[in-house]
Amino acid sequence: MTTATTDHGAPLNSPPPTPSPTIKTQVSTPVRVSPVQPRKSTSTEPAETAIHIARFNSWYGQMQALKNINVQIPQRQVTAFIGPSGCGKSTLLRWVNRMNDLIPSARAEGELKLDGLDLLGRNTDVVDLRRRVGMVFQKPNPFPKSIYDNVLFGPRLHLKLSKNEAAMLVEQSLRKAALWDEVKDRLKASALGLSGGQQQRLCIARAIAGDPDVMLMDEPCSALDPRSTAAIEDLIDELRETYTIVIVTHNMQQASRISDNTAFMINGELLEFGPTEIIFTKPTDRKTEDYISGRFG
Amino acid sequence: MQAQATLGRPRSKRLQRIRERGIALLLAGCGLFSVMITVTIIVVLAKETIAFFGLDEVSITDFLFGTQWNPLLGADKHFGIWPLVCGTMAVTAVAMSFALPLGLITAIYLSEYAPPKLRAVLKPSLEVLSGIPTVVFGFFALTMLTPALQWFHDGFQVYNAFSAGLAVGMMCLPIVCSLTEDALRAVPRGLREGGYAVGANKFEVSVKIVVPAAMSGVVAAFLLAIARAIGETMIVALAAGSAPRLTLDPRSEVQTMTGYMVQIFLGDASNFGPEYLSSYAVAAMLFLFTFILTVIGHRVRMRFREVYD
Repeated sequence: MTTATTDHGAPLNSPPPTPSPTIKTQVSTPVRVSPVQPRKSTSTEPAETAIHIARFNSWYGQMQALKNINVQIPQRQVTAFIGPSGCGKSTLLRWVNRMNDLIPSARAEGELKLDGLDLLGRNTDVVDLRRRVGMVFQKPNPFPKSIYDNVLFGPRLHLKLSKNEAAMLVEQSLRKAALWDEVKDRLKASALGLSGGQQQRLCIARAIAGDPDVMLMDEPCSALDPRSTAAIEDLIDELRETYTIVIVTHNMQQASRISDNTAFMINGELLEFGPTEIIFTKPTDRKTEDYISGRFG
Repeated sequence: MQAQATLGRPRSKRLQRIRERGIALLLAGCGLFSVMITVTIIVVLAKETIAFFGLDEVSITDFLFGTQWNPLLGADKHFGIWPLVCGTMAVTAVAMSFALPLGLITAIYLSEYAPPKLRAVLKPSLEVLSGIPTVVFGFFALTMLTPALQWFHDGFQVYNAFSAGLAVGMMCLPIVCSLTEDALRAVPRGLREGGYAVGANKFEVSVKIVVPAAMSGVVAAFLLAIARAIGETMIVALAAGSAPRLTLDPRSEVQTMTGYMVQIFLGDASNFGPEYLSSYAVAAMLFLFTFILTVIGHRVRMRFREVYD
């Protein structure tokens, strides 16, 4: 898996990679870094592309899961993927950090690039890629370790942290994930003792601690109650300044609330993609309209 | 609904109730039977053990703390359990230092690394290993392992704890491996994905996430294997020897607790008298050991049990 470390030549690193010795400093300062417009207003100038997907096809064995997907996911915005179950939105998400490598029958072809880095390349360093792309799963999956060790799991894999640095990183990550106040007195307690919503925020903190550029969220609220869902949505709202967020959701309201752009998928095809406002008010495709208004799916 | 009313004769409710009762009784009886077997064994063990300690030439302190086990020969008999415990410990230690690491590593390989096709071949063949009668392992130790060991190093006696221990380890390997592998595979895929998602490689996921998450099952498998090794009889009777000796040198001949019992019941002693009864005391001791291990195993499982749904 780590074969490609030597391959960090020109094409892979075209955008300067965020220096990995982590610890972003925006944490303590609540000031937003970039003056991004409120999301419902379509910004005039097109945002830079973070994830470039073109002519992308994917299969599980003989079954084609994704058909000719073309989409440019903009940087530092929230992009939602919606569509009925089995339409391939999770599959697409899981290609971005190559999670599908774990499924032996999964394969893909086409273009999939993260800041110019070819994600499907044979020599792409998957471990390195996954450090740049955080992921939050449908079901909270904290490791059976302490809260503290959960947050530090990723960073410790490739960094030697002093005690101070570690403590600082834990605090910053948990603060960013809006969990610090609830757990600061029991950092050494098992993460499995947290509630579902807290566990999910811990998983977000765990992803944040690795200092990724992109955050993938695969139905992050589907196992949570409404209050925890609201907390996570608030959190996503906070994180949009710092990260490119791609979220798969079954919840139309959620997509309309939190996303800047929405992609509608059905049967492995991407039917429509555009600013959330437009998709939800004036969809060009009839199927999109039917789905959004709850007539099917 | 209407159609049902005209379909067939209604079954007798009373008969069904009686049948249900009967089944419940039958099942309870089966459960009770195994409890009764256990209780009977404990009672017999306790009775004979008490009879043993009631004898004039035996004292309980000598038994528990004595370092000489000399029940058969001469007028001066000694019943100090430690040489036998020592023999058992030596064999078990050798067996476990072989079987536990190898079993764990094999289990990690099978569960995390092996391609499905290879796994489909490897796992059953490991389980075949557990179907081999232990007497075969005993002869294997005596006729293959011991000569091989002696070829390497001439300090090994013909009967020795080391080769018996190795054979016991081989016998335990499938248990360790199979149970550990089951525990590892029971770890939900989401945890592995979480590990990969933060940039862990396969080894890091296996060692830092999957094994800790399966710790209760792994420890339970280990304890079960230790209990099996302590109770293993045929291999040690054949290959470890019959010289109760207070030594931790695995090259030398020893006698284990089980080995002693075999010796007694195979006719080296008459069916009465202290040497005969002493085997019950040894058995009670052995039972105590395995019982403690089982209890610890249970506790560990409860203590470290991670709740996954």
